[in-house]
Amino acid sequence: MPTASSSLTWSHDFDSALTRARDAKRDVLLDFTAAPM
Amino acid sequence: MARYLSEHLETVRVHVRDQKDEYKRLSERYNAQWTPTVLILDADGEERHRIEGFLPADDFLSQIALGLAKSAFQRKDYGEAERRYREIVDRFPSSEAAPEALYWAGVSNYKATGDPSALRATTTAFGQRYQDTAWAKKASVWG
Repeated sequence: MPTASSSLTWSHDFDSALTRARDAKRDVLLDFTAAPM
Repeated sequence: MARYLSEHLETVRVHVRDQKDEYKRLSERYNAQWTPTVLILDADGEERHRIEGFLPADDFLSQIALGLAKSAFQRKDYGEAERRYREIVDRFPSSEAAPEALYWAGVSNYKATGDPSALRATTTAFGQRYQDTAWAKKASVWG
C-alpha cells in the first residue's frame, strides 16, 4: 500500500514478525505489494 | 501514519516479484490474489481484516483501525474493542469504516456489560448520523 510505505520500516521476514507479535501480544499488518521496494 | 502503524502493529511487506517464493507461500496461505492486499492478523496469524486495493491515507488508516478493533473483539477484549471502534467514529467520521465502527462499538459495550441499553443507545445514535447505511438498518432492530 503506497500510502503506508513512506517512512515506515518494513520487515520482510513474516515468520520472525509473527514471533515478535506473539511475544508482544500485538497484531500484524501484512502487505502484499507490487510497488517498488 | 508511519508512527501509528509502528506503534500498533508488526509491519511486514511481501513483494510479488522480489520475494517470489515468500509471496507464493503467504498468498496461498491467505488467499491473496491481488495487490495491494493488506491483512490485519492477530498474534496467532489469524486474519481479522482485509483491505484490497489502494486507499487514500485517511481511509487506509480508518481501515487499519477497524482491523485492530476487530482483532480486540475476536479475543473478547470488549473494552479495548469498544475504545478502538469509538476512536474510528471520532477520528474518521466521514470514512466508510465509521458506521460499521459505530455499530460494533455498541455491540462491544453490550458484550462487556450485558446491558441492553448499550444497543438502544446505538440505535439512537444512528438516528443522528449514517441513517442511509446498512449498519443503521441492522441497528434499527434494537430501538
